[in-house]
Amino acid sequence: MLWTCINLSHLAMDGMLRRRPTTGPLVLVDGPVNARTIVSANESAQAAGLHVGQRLSAAQALLSKFEAIPYERESVDRWHRFLAAVAYRYSSEVSLLPHAIVLEVSRSMGLFGPWPRLDAMLRADFAGLGFRHRLAAAPTAHAAQVLATVSDGQAVLSVDALRHALQRVPLAKSSLPANAIAALPGMGIRNLGQVLALPRDGLRRRFGTELLDALDRLIGDRPSGLELYRPPDTFDLRIELLHEVENQSALIFPLRRMADDLAAYLAGRDGGVQRFLLRLEHREGCYTDVPVGLLAPQREGAMLFEFARGRLEHVVLPEPVLALHLIARELPAFVPAGRDLFDERPANALPIGQLRERLRARLGDRAVYRLGSTTDPRPERAQAVAECGGVHDEPSPRPTWLLAHPIPLRGASPRILAGPERLETGWWDGAEACRDYYVVETSPGQRAWAFCPPGEQGGWMLHGWFA
Amino acid sequence: MNAVVPLSALLDARQVWRGRAPEVPAGDQPTGWRALDAVLPAGGWPDASLSEILLPADGVGELRLVLPTLARLTRSRRNVVIVSPPYAPCVAGWQQQGVDMRQVDIIEAPEKDVLWATEQCLRSGSCAAVLAWPRQADDRALRRLQVAAATGQALAFVFRDRSHLSNASPAALRLELEALPRPQLWVRKCRGGAVPTRPVPLARLAG
Repeated sequence: MLWTCINLSHLAMDGMLRRRPTTGPLVLVDGPVNARTIVSANESAQAAGLHVGQRLSAAQALLSKFEAIPYERESVDRWHRFLAAVAYRYSSEVSLLPHAIVLEVSRSMGLFGPWPRLDAMLRADFAGLGFRHRLAAAPTAHAAQVLATVSDGQAVLSVDALRHALQRVPLAKSSLPANAIAALPGMGIRNLGQVLALPRDGLRRRFGTELLDALDRLIGDRPSGLELYRPPDTFDLRIELLHEVENQSALIFPLRRMADDLAAYLAGRDGGVQRFLLRLEHREGCYTDVPVGLLAPQREGAMLFEFARGRLEHVVLPEPVLALHLIARELPAFVPAGRDLFDERPANALPIGQLRERLRARLGDRAVYRLGSTTDPRPERAQAVAECGGVHDEPSPRPTWLLAHPIPLRGASPRILAGPERLETGWWDGAEACRDYYVVETSPGQRAWAFCPPGEQGGWMLHGWFA
Repeated sequence: MNAVVPLSALLDARQVWRGRAPEVPAGDQPTGWRALDAVLPAGGWPDASLSEILLPADGVGELRLVLPTLARLTRSRRNVVIVSPPYAPCVAGWQQQGVDMRQVDIIEAPEKDVLWATEQCLRSGSCAAVLAWPRQADDRALRRLQVAAATGQALAFVFRDRSHLSNASPAALRLELEALPRPQLWVRKCRGGAVPTRPVPLARLAG
């Protein structure tokens, strides 16, 4: 067993900074209204002397202008679960611990490579999402958590080395039961090594079995007993905007973030998304829905962003937008497009599927299509928009251009080159057609496909060109 | 003859113009019309380039000119894109010419987006040929398409009105279709070779 712990001590602040990127001083405050205290401060606030645990009134005395935002437990919890979904990509055993995520990676290394590489991949993922983190690996989940609290990048791969690594961990960071952490320093015990060396009987009598259980879980003598995280089956992400947004360009930045988050979540599930909904929330519970439908499941962040933006650009905002809400319920399996080993196309070629999506995003959902033939003999019904059209061969000559509606053929009487081809059909559905089709040449030298009423050779109606 | 000037000095001073043999673009895209292939320097369409076809009116044989190429490409399962055609392609007619319509994408674009869509398709590298009917395309727009075609290794066909003949064009090949007095095809410009002085009769194209 090898557990890795991703310590997210700045989770609340990083989640907030994703929403409102700012370089000015920003703090998160919590507590009763008359005694607000700072629970998290960003770098520029810390540089100004603000620190965690400080009263808001004291902070206001130190610094005249800074942003104070209430700490929201739910939003922190949501980010925590979202990051667990991201980590789920690397292991099926993911658990949530306070301010941390632990995952079992001993089997994952067979797929992703040895620990240094897996470590780099995890770091790249979390850094890319904008969350500061500390990583550690150890044979037990709780030991990994403790090591990540103490320092960054420590990897203990064997049980023997673990005891040694835990020796010098100060009690305050040992995540042992609170009563033990409070009482042990009074007995001259300052680090974990000393606790582990104490006789178990004495510890049990003094602190109960709780402390011994915690120590056993730390060393690995007792299973960790953590509840495993299961990713949800739908993706639901809501971002409140800083202020009321009236033009679309201000929605682009949060949209890009959301698309990247969706992509990270999909990568964790090894799935794709074919249809999702972008809900623009206005005041008083009104909203505008922007549905995004794709031809095939996709999961690349940049692509999802581009397709969503294309749709969003066509939307006229009726009211200012307060929040963005991305909902994806249909998450089908994602099958990467196969390509030939000896593909002749340029190396940076965009697959045809993505090209079609890009065009649809800008030009509209119906702008890109393929035509297939039907078995109806009437030319105007002989073809239809079809993703994979049937192939039905027509024995009589057909033009290459077809007019949407027949129009009268003006000008001098055309010269008949071939015909007639009698078409008498459609009596069953009310759109009866009774025509004689000819191939004719017009006076400017065009070859046309025209028809006239049966038995006549006048009143020409143009229906196509032999271009 | 005592002053011996090294040749390289003359060349560096850029006083000597060096004649270059015209580079014949290597082409592997026969048009499917033997008479036309014979007069084109590449022996067919200029590969990964823009070809411009100028018409007096619709329906004078502009599709017959390219359909053998499209048939060859679609049958080898390459993609062909048609951007904002003036009429709907008749599936039965195209199939009779050998085109596999399952490989043909049709794009309806508003006038201002025609060039954008064409460029995207050409640049993507996943289309073997792109046919476009831009209403308003100037020299710069066509140059963009030419560059995109070279980037994406695609055949670009642009169909325009004959009135644009007098304007210069960056296309590698310019063909003008004539319906009267008899159907024929003029090669107005072809990169890498002399422009044939005689038209290619369209009637002979069929052979």
